[in-house]
Amino acid sequence: MAEIRLSGRPASSGFAEGQLYVLPDKRVSRAPTGDPDLEAKALRNAIILASEALADLATTADGDAADMLGFQVAMLEDDALSEMAFAAIAEGKPADIAWRHSMDQEIEAYRSADDEYFRARSADLEDIRDNVLDMLSGGTSAAPPPPGAILIARDLQPSRFLGIDWSKGGAILLSEGSPTSHVAMLARARGVPMIVGLGELPRSADGIALIDGGSGQAILSPERQSLDQFITRRAEDDNLSARAEKLLLKDAMTKTGEAVTILINVADPLELDVISPDLCDGIGLVRTEFLFSEDGSFPDEEAQYRVYRRLVEWASGRPVTIRTLDAGGDKPIKNLTIDGESNPFLGVRGIRLSLIRTDLFRIQLRALSRAASHGPIKIMAPMVTIPSELATVRRMMAEEFEGLKAKGIAAALPPIGIMVEVPAAALAMDLFDADFFSIGSNDLTQYVTAAGRDIGSVADLADPRHPAVLRLIAMIATQGKKMQREVSLCGDAGGDPALIPLLLHAGIRCLSMAPSMVARAKLIISETSLSGDVVTP
Amino acid sequence: MTAQKASASLEEIRRGSAELTNAVGLHARPSVKLTQLAKSYQSMISVATEPQGPWIDAKSPVKIMRVKAPKGTTLYFEASGDDAAAAVAALVDLVERRFDEAEEEGHG
Repeated sequence: MAEIRLSGRPASSGFAEGQLYVLPDKRVSRAPTGDPDLEAKALRNAIILASEALADLATTADGDAADMLGFQVAMLEDDALSEMAFAAIAEGKPADIAWRHSMDQEIEAYRSADDEYFRARSADLEDIRDNVLDMLSGGTSAAPPPPGAILIARDLQPSRFLGIDWSKGGAILLSEGSPTSHVAMLARARGVPMIVGLGELPRSADGIALIDGGSGQAILSPERQSLDQFITRRAEDDNLSARAEKLLLKDAMTKTGEAVTILINVADPLELDVISPDLCDGIGLVRTEFLFSEDGSFPDEEAQYRVYRRLVEWASGRPVTIRTLDAGGDKPIKNLTIDGESNPFLGVRGIRLSLIRTDLFRIQLRALSRAASHGPIKIMAPMVTIPSELATVRRMMAEEFEGLKAKGIAAALPPIGIMVEVPAAALAMDLFDADFFSIGSNDLTQYVTAAGRDIGSVADLADPRHPAVLRLIAMIATQGKKMQREVSLCGDAGGDPALIPLLLHAGIRCLSMAPSMVARAKLIISETSLSGDVVTP
Repeated sequence: MTAQKASASLEEIRRGSAELTNAVGLHARPSVKLTQLAKSYQSMISVATEPQGPWIDAKSPVKIMRVKAPKGTTLYFEASGDDAAAAVAALVDLVERRFDEAEEEGHG
């Protein structure tokens, strides 16, 4: 087999080298007996067996894993969970179909919950459903994967993860899955490298694989040269990680003593559960797209308010910059974004869409204004191109704030800033009455280089190291200083160790990045000497 | 924290209420703790998020999770039976202790 390089979303960092193993779908179909009494008995047995198996697992688990298993056992032992299935069996449905159907309804209720936490529990319910289905069809037929293997699967249930021996290493490659899933949290806690969203994966695999969980890169059947590079990189990484980890909770400072503000990007509030706010100076970007579910339903004011308020509470006094809905471009949302645009990146996206769908936008502004009464929220508008867009946002915000006040609802008027990602805004920054500016380096780069970041064949051109991009960033930093407005940078470049020194030399002193990049960024910053002048290529 | 301690009423029903102040509301781990505590009493115990109900069985984690009560919700308890007063007092206390959760936790 020739070498295959895969790239996906990092879910748990770390390096792994091991034998590939395709996790078989262990369920075999079950023949119904046709007798309601026998079917009911089969389901009752399956529930008892599944609950015993989980309780067994729980004895070897600790911390979060033990809690999660305890929850699943408690749910399984509750007759309320199976009531509907037994009723369907009494009406003549086979046990597996009755169980699946009733659990799917239960799961759907979790999936459609307003609250992010309850939505995430749908995975636990799926796990419960599948464990009982496995027992109904004769139990765990598949042999456990060999210890230390690199597992390939579509998705992985938390209980299955816990049933695998990770003491000899190993890693997980999923064609679907999410970095915020329960199994991803377990993998991070256990230090098992994991990459999700890899798309089509081989269905049968032999040979070895090399995994770099932190960058989301995997190499299947590597050639000698790739293996050597991997081993070198892993050794370097071990060394760097050890040094970076010591700086995690310290203030960032260059070798020459300039302070650098470190903010974090949040794509999903669940990420914050496992990190301490002490590692950063605040949140530089909250991507509110996560609130909008794939099924096309929109979150109401109350649901948004609760999420924003939780972010503020997590940050405990540090600023929380929340970007208004940035749909469109590469982030389509059902029933909202416009289908069939010939070039969505140049179309109705970001604030352009919000100013068309003002009904939805005003709901978001109200929720933000209410949450701002609990702590320092900053509102950031994406894709702003002309000053009147910002003026409209300000007017709407003021109207919503006054409306809340008139009703006696606690609210505050937060500062409003803009993303600088459209070159027109970057080059005419002085015309924008913004309270702060944040460079969206991904979009700025693709618009400056005229190279779409979703088009593989021109991806090399969309390089933030292009002198034109760096010069523009330096201009933005200088202009911000002149206007006495904060300038931060919140694109992928902000957490990229190779780019951080260039951004510092360009005059950027505030970087927002994924939480997992913070330690390494602080190390790079501490090793960078600045001359005091803005330096660009 | 606005909590009204368990108080005796003229009927045999004991009542109490407490606000959910832990970050994640009546989530997986708190639900399990609450139902386990409820099950340790003989009394019939119900819980609701409004003073007039609807009431659900406080011993059923499945039903309690279906309520999906977020932070800031007030939980109302009603119990009837020999140990009703003690049960309500213990449940109110559990909620007021934030289910003994560390604040940054809650995904479990």
